[in-house]
Amino acid sequence: MSFNLNEFLKSLVSLTVSDYLRQLWGDQLWVGLVLDILGVVIISTFCLLIVIFLIWLERKVIARIQQRIGPNRVGGRYGLLQTVADVIKLLIKEDITPMGADRVAYWLAPFLIVMAALIVWAIMPFAPGVIGVDLNIGVFFFLAISSVSVVSLLLAGWGSNNKYALLGAFRSVAQLVSYEVPMILALLVPILLARSMSTVSIVAAQTVPFLLVVPLAALIFFISSLAETGRTPFDLLEAESEIVAGFHVEYGGMKFGMFFLAEFVNTLFMSGFFATVFLGGYRFFGLENLVIGDGWAVGNLIGLVVFFVKMFAVYFVYIWIRGTLPRVRVDQILNYNWKFLVPVSLVLVMVTAVLDKFIPESFSAYARAGAHLTANVLIALVTIEILRAYARRQRRLTGGDSGLAVTAAEDHAHQETAVHHEPAAAH
Amino acid sequence: MSQDWQFVALFLILSPIFPAAPVILNHLLGPKKPNPIKQQTYECGIETVGSSWVQFKVQYYVYALVFVIFDVEAVFLFPIAAAYGQLTLFGVFAAALFIFLLADGLAYAWGRGALEWI
Repeated sequence: MSFNLNEFLKSLVSLTVSDYLRQLWGDQLWVGLVLDILGVVIISTFCLLIVIFLIWLERKVIARIQQRIGPNRVGGRYGLLQTVADVIKLLIKEDITPMGADRVAYWLAPFLIVMAALIVWAIMPFAPGVIGVDLNIGVFFFLAISSVSVVSLLLAGWGSNNKYALLGAFRSVAQLVSYEVPMILALLVPILLARSMSTVSIVAAQTVPFLLVVPLAALIFFISSLAETGRTPFDLLEAESEIVAGFHVEYGGMKFGMFFLAEFVNTLFMSGFFATVFLGGYRFFGLENLVIGDGWAVGNLIGLVVFFVKMFAVYFVYIWIRGTLPRVRVDQILNYNWKFLVPVSLVLVMVTAVLDKFIPESFSAYARAGAHLTANVLIALVTIEILRAYARRQRRLTGGDSGLAVTAAEDHAHQETAVHHEPAAAH
Repeated sequence: MSQDWQFVALFLILSPIFPAAPVILNHLLGPKKPNPIKQQTYECGIETVGSSWVQFKVQYYVYALVFVIFDVEAVFLFPIAAAYGQLTLFGVFAAALFIFLLADGLAYAWGRGALEWI
C-alpha cells in the first residue's frame, strides 16, 4: 500500500493515524513497537504538560471561591505562566538528601508514584478508537496499578527519617487502603451492568449514562476517589496544619515536584475515569459516530471534545469541594468508611445483582435504567432513615447532645420546642 | 491478546524516564553546598529526640488486616460481575450469598470493636 494524502488526512481527522500507519507499513513487529512507543510518549507527555494548566486552574478557582484574585502577575492578566515559573524555580533548587534517610526508599518513592500515576492512563478511552490499549480487564488494571501509590507513600514516609513524614505515611495507609474497599464495590456495579471490565465496553453499554442508572454507586465512587487521591476533606495524610506536609516534608526540588505532579495526574485520571464509567465517556447522543462525506469520521473529534468537557466538569467539582469543605479527623474518616460506605455499597451490589436478573430481557434500556434508579433511590431513602433513627437514639442517650455539629443554642432550642424536631445539622 | 500487554510492558519500561528527566535536570542545575545543619531532619527548628522510626499504633495494623480480607474477597467478585450475562439465577444467589458472608465478616469485625479508633 502506498502513501495516500487523502487517506492520511482522513485518518488524522478521525484520530486513527496509528491504524493507518499500521496498514501502510505492514503488520510487522517493529511497526507495532514503534507505534506503541509513540503512544506511550504521547500519553505521558500529555499528562505531564496538562498538570501545568491544572495547577493554574486550581489556584485560580480556589482563589475565586475564597474571594481572592489568584495568580495575576507572571504571564499576562491571568497569570498563565505562574506554574511555568514555579517549575523553573523547582528545577534550580538544591537536591538535598536528609541525614540518616533510607536512601533507596527515599529515592524510589517519587519515581514509583509518578510511574503508577502515568501507567493507569493506558486504559483511558479518550475518543472512539483512541485509547492506549483496550484491556479486557481494564477496570481491574486501574485498581491494581493505583494501589501502588500507597506503597510509594509508605516508602517516602519511612525513608525520610522524619516523625512527621512517618505519621503521614501511617495515616495514608489506613485511609487509602480503607477507601479502596468501597471503591472496588462501587465499581462492581457498572461492570455488572455492562457485563465487561473493559473501559470501552462500559462506555458502549451506557445508552443511559450510569450516573442516572445507579447514582448511589456513582456517589460512593466519587467520595472514595476523593479519599484515594488524598484531597480535601480527606487530605489528612499531608495535613499542613498538623504534620507540616506529611509524607513529603523532607522532599525538595523536583523530587517534591514529582509528588505534586502525581497528585494532580491522579486527580485528573479519577475525573476522567468517573466521566468514562458514569457519565458515558465520549458518548454524546450518537454524535461521536458522525461521518461526513466519503469517510471523514469527524465524530471521533467530537467525541474527544465531549470527553474533555465531561472530564473537566468532574475536575471542577473536585476543586469546588476542596475550596468548600474543611478537613475531617482520622477516626471520623475511618468510621465513615467502614461503618457507612462499605455496608451501603455491599447492599447496593447485592441488590443490583439480584434485581438485574429479575428484569426480563425484553425490557428496553430505559425501562431497565428506571428499575435500577428506583432501587437506588429506595436504598438511599432507607439509609437516610436508618441514620436519622440512629442520630435520634444517640441524642436521647446523651441527653440532647448527638455528638454531631449541633451548636449549644440549637440544642437548647431543640429541647424546648419538641423532641421530634430535627436540627438540620444532624443529618 | 499479547499485543495488548506489549503496550503495557512498554509503558512500564518507558515510564521511569518521565519522572527521571526532571529529577536529573534538577540535580544538574541546582547548587551543591551541603552542610550538616541543612541536611538535618525538619522538625520545627528543634533537634529530633530519639529515633524517627518509632513504634506505631496497633490500630493501623487492625485496619490493614480488615482491608486485606476485604480486598482478597472482592477480587473474586470481579469475574462474577464480568460474566454476569452468562450467570443463572442460582449463580446470582450464590454471589449474593458470598457478598452476605463478606458483610458478615464486616459485622464480626465491627462487633469485636476492631473498627473503633481508640
